[in-house]
Amino acid sequence: MSSEPFFRSIGELSAALARGELSSVDLMRSVIARTEAVEPKVRAFNSFDREDALAQARSSDLRRAAGASLGPLDGIPIGMKDVIAVAGQPLTASSRMLANFVSPYDATVVKRLRAAGAICWGRLNLDEFAMGSSTENSAFQATANPYALDCVPGGSSGGSAAAVAAGEAIASLGSDTGGSIRQPAAFCNVVGLKPTYGLVSRYGLIAFASSLDQIGPFARSVEDVAILLGAIAGHDPLDSTSFHTGIPDYRAELDRRKGPWRLGIPKEYFGEGLDPEVAEAVQRAVAHYQKLGCEVKPVSLPHTEYGVGVYYIIATAECSSNLARYDGVRYGHRSKEAKDAVDLYFRSRAEGFGSEVKRRIILGTYVLSSGYYDAFYLRAQKVRTLIRNDFLAAYREVDAILTPTAPTPAFRRGAKADPLAMYLCDVYTIGVNLAGLPAVSVPCGFSQDGRPIGMQLIGQPYGEAELLGIARAYERDHPWAQKRPVL
Amino acid sequence: MSHSIDLNIDHVANLARLALTPEEKAQYATQLTEILSHIAKLKEVNVDGVEPTAHAFPLYNVWAEDVPVAGLPVDLALRNAPAQRDQMFAVPKVVE
Amino acid sequence: MNYEAVIGLEVHVQIKTRSKMFTRAPAGYGHDVNTLTDPVVLALPGVLPVMNKAALDAVVKAGLLLGCEIAPVCKWDRKNYFYPDSPKNYQISQYDRPICLGGAVEIELPGPARNIQGEHKRIPLTRIHLEEDVGKLNHGALDSLIDYNRAGTPLMEIVSEPAMHSAEEAFAFLTSLRLAMIYAGISDCDMEKGQLRCDANISVRPAGQTKLGTKVELKNLNSISFVRDGIAHEIRRQIGVVNAGGVIVQETRDYDGLTGTSQSLRSKEMAHDYRYFPDPDLMPVKVDEAWKQRLQATCPELPFDKQRRFLSHYQIPYTITSVLIPDQALSNFFEEAVALAGIQQAQVVGNWIANDLLRELGAAKRALADSLLRPVHVAELVKLIEAGVLLMPAAREVFAEMFASGELPGAIVDRRGLRAVTNEGDLEQWCREALAGNPKSVADFKAGKESALNAFKGPVMKAAKGKANPKLVDETLRRLLAQSN
Repeated sequence: MSSEPFFRSIGELSAALARGELSSVDLMRSVIARTEAVEPKVRAFNSFDREDALAQARSSDLRRAAGASLGPLDGIPIGMKDVIAVAGQPLTASSRMLANFVSPYDATVVKRLRAAGAICWGRLNLDEFAMGSSTENSAFQATANPYALDCVPGGSSGGSAAAVAAGEAIASLGSDTGGSIRQPAAFCNVVGLKPTYGLVSRYGLIAFASSLDQIGPFARSVEDVAILLGAIAGHDPLDSTSFHTGIPDYRAELDRRKGPWRLGIPKEYFGEGLDPEVAEAVQRAVAHYQKLGCEVKPVSLPHTEYGVGVYYIIATAECSSNLARYDGVRYGHRSKEAKDAVDLYFRSRAEGFGSEVKRRIILGTYVLSSGYYDAFYLRAQKVRTLIRNDFLAAYREVDAILTPTAPTPAFRRGAKADPLAMYLCDVYTIGVNLAGLPAVSVPCGFSQDGRPIGMQLIGQPYGEAELLGIARAYERDHPWAQKRPVL
Repeated sequence: MSHSIDLNIDHVANLARLALTPEEKAQYATQLTEILSHIAKLKEVNVDGVEPTAHAFPLYNVWAEDVPVAGLPVDLALRNAPAQRDQMFAVPKVVE
Repeated sequence: MNYEAVIGLEVHVQIKTRSKMFTRAPAGYGHDVNTLTDPVVLALPGVLPVMNKAALDAVVKAGLLLGCEIAPVCKWDRKNYFYPDSPKNYQISQYDRPICLGGAVEIELPGPARNIQGEHKRIPLTRIHLEEDVGKLNHGALDSLIDYNRAGTPLMEIVSEPAMHSAEEAFAFLTSLRLAMIYAGISDCDMEKGQLRCDANISVRPAGQTKLGTKVELKNLNSISFVRDGIAHEIRRQIGVVNAGGVIVQETRDYDGLTGTSQSLRSKEMAHDYRYFPDPDLMPVKVDEAWKQRLQATCPELPFDKQRRFLSHYQIPYTITSVLIPDQALSNFFEEAVALAGIQQAQVVGNWIANDLLRELGAAKRALADSLLRPVHVAELVKLIEAGVLLMPAAREVFAEMFASGELPGAIVDRRGLRAVTNEGDLEQWCREALAGNPKSVADFKAGKESALNAFKGPVMKAAKGKANPKLVDETLRRLLAQSN
């Protein structure tokens, strides 16, 4: 055995399970033991249920024994960001508001993973309601970066990235509204994919900004991301924004996509504010693609500088409405002080939401309020069109766009107290959500002091198979994700 | 509190049903003013004749046929209720 | 000074679908509380809406029926406000791109007398849009309880232009609209069940002034008579205020139909700011010609069109149509019976249905759908009468009996021996005997005393044991008297 089960890939594990070298219960026990060993340092989980996970593992073993295995994910523990509904499990969004909420239903992605035999493993920490870039906004705990324990894991899906990096899950699901999968993937040395808007159902994902949110996978290899994507992608009648499109066998496609590709390098993503070590690592990756025969071309995405502004109007406007349902009436935190029903709203929401959530609700409410709609929301939607058009114009010349995922490696906890400074960290990832495109963050090196660096590959709409092929071509020669954290 | 941006925090907090402390109000007013100043950059962009994007990939007529599906049993519907009585969700008296 | 009232109505009509507007949880009325919910209805974290096709069909059909322009593209917006009956604390509605624009509702004002048709008018509509209903709050002494069964039911909002000027017009508008919706099968419009609800915007202005006065929104007009009474009350109130030198303040008032009073709703809500924006969870709707044509084919004849047809084609009086038309099933019953009895019998058929059938149904507390008496019974009855086989007092007995048993009239007549004597030989013989037995009256009649004829009828009827057709007896007597010269 090349390594402990908890650090092996889905491909290796499913082969070992098929050969009978390992049972799913063995694997689950290995992951549980690892989690219990490192969790005091990493704090990736809001909760996990050993017995439930072992019961799912036993079911998997029984299926396999009966010759009825459900495929490569059967018996593999997959961590769940605590915004994805799993029937009978807590669903907290890392908010005091939902601290005691238990979901009575499964998200569509969960139904699909169950159908593929995967074990829904644990509830992974995040910035409250997925609002943040550091997982420091969790009401429960701050997750640590497994590669630099005093640094953040990124966010909002920090728990999902950290758990996979630390061997506490084989892979995981997160959600990405403005970079919430890709940035933590870059910070934690894992692969993270934000699919094209509409490829993966949002039914059962706690909404932050509905027109931007997508669920996507984290794993320690491009291949594992491909396997997981194949299981969760596809049209869902319960999500009106879900797209009818054929789902290829992403894993099988990986090695069929050989390039050479034309890669676009947007100059707007390599300017002021970019950490020199990140710039250097990404440039080395660009050079590697050139060595592989790819054509590298400068492209321009001229409206990039407006991305953060557009994003913080659209995302906060949508969130102010999406979070109105958290009122302490049907579920969730209810203030004990309320004098009447109106007072109940004011107090329950004030007590239940953390400060970043409140800040965004206030901003979103303001930009939608009477007299401001045209100046803010409508204008933002129009600039969004221009941002999208920038990408579509670039794709007339290139197959994919390569950028840094984040301007810097993981920063220290508490380093970004100013909200605007935190928002500006998302500058490279936001445009992708506004344009609805798929993008993957792939590890591409480390800083001098050992913090991971990721690059972002941005693909064409519904072009995940090609995009993952491009990522795999680099990873094959530079498997950075195989470097394990010391915990 | 800056006067360059017209943000009435009390009015907005009331619309959003958030009881804010005076400290929170002062802090948010300052921070949001800074953010709104950044957002004000959008005014530079010429958007004449540009269609707004509501959906990145617009579709039309996404619906379902009118075939009912059994919903939640009442006990499951009330499972997360902070207060309930007579199979209904209870709230402090609604003052009309 | 003379004042003119200006009234616009906002009517909410629940659409009769099997599942809800944006989820497939069952829709319905009268179920145990909180049994028609699902994660979407309760707005649990993570859920998403999916449109109900049948509700879209219904509102397009309503638009076609009322002559609206159907928007080629319409979209969904969120109307944001907090209230415990609204699970998401926003309502999915249509703000600036509703599905139907324009159109009109034809109304009939009260005529000078009950049996005289009143003036007809067309009240223009502004728009019709689709949205979702809210749950129901039950206010207790210390707390309020919420039942979400109604939440998410498809709801159509029909907005009229401010084009009505009296409580009677508003009443007529609602009556006509309601009937059209029932005819089209869009809604049962039962106000007691909240399937039809009405708010009114009312203002007054000096007669002749074109500028509108300050409007007051009157809410909770939850029965059709409350609409009339509430609006009349509000018009009087406003004129009273103005006459006393006061000014009308823009406000929302709640009408209490039981006490006939209204009071201002001083809601804690600050000026409404609904923060409408396009719902990112739903896609727009495109209605093409084929869709419209398919629904056009399902649109029924509007009630007033049907009434005009009944008046001209069947030549039946207005009083009968005004009984038949408000009940679609009854008017169909009438048409079936006439088809069987022959068009020349239309008025007789109409009389039997509008008078006798309704009286029997009322006495038996039975719905028409449950009636054992069907159009064929009425048609056969009318034919037996026309043929002289069945006489009037006996016909009423037969009617009552067939209503009770469903037996056909011919069979009842035979079983009970009610068939009138139609054998002319017997009748002539009895007439001759009667004339022979009373020469004085024969002389009187011949001298011009018309009433003398009656003297012979008693004996003839006696001889016929009451089963002679009086008309036939009359004719035979006259013929014999004329011959006896």
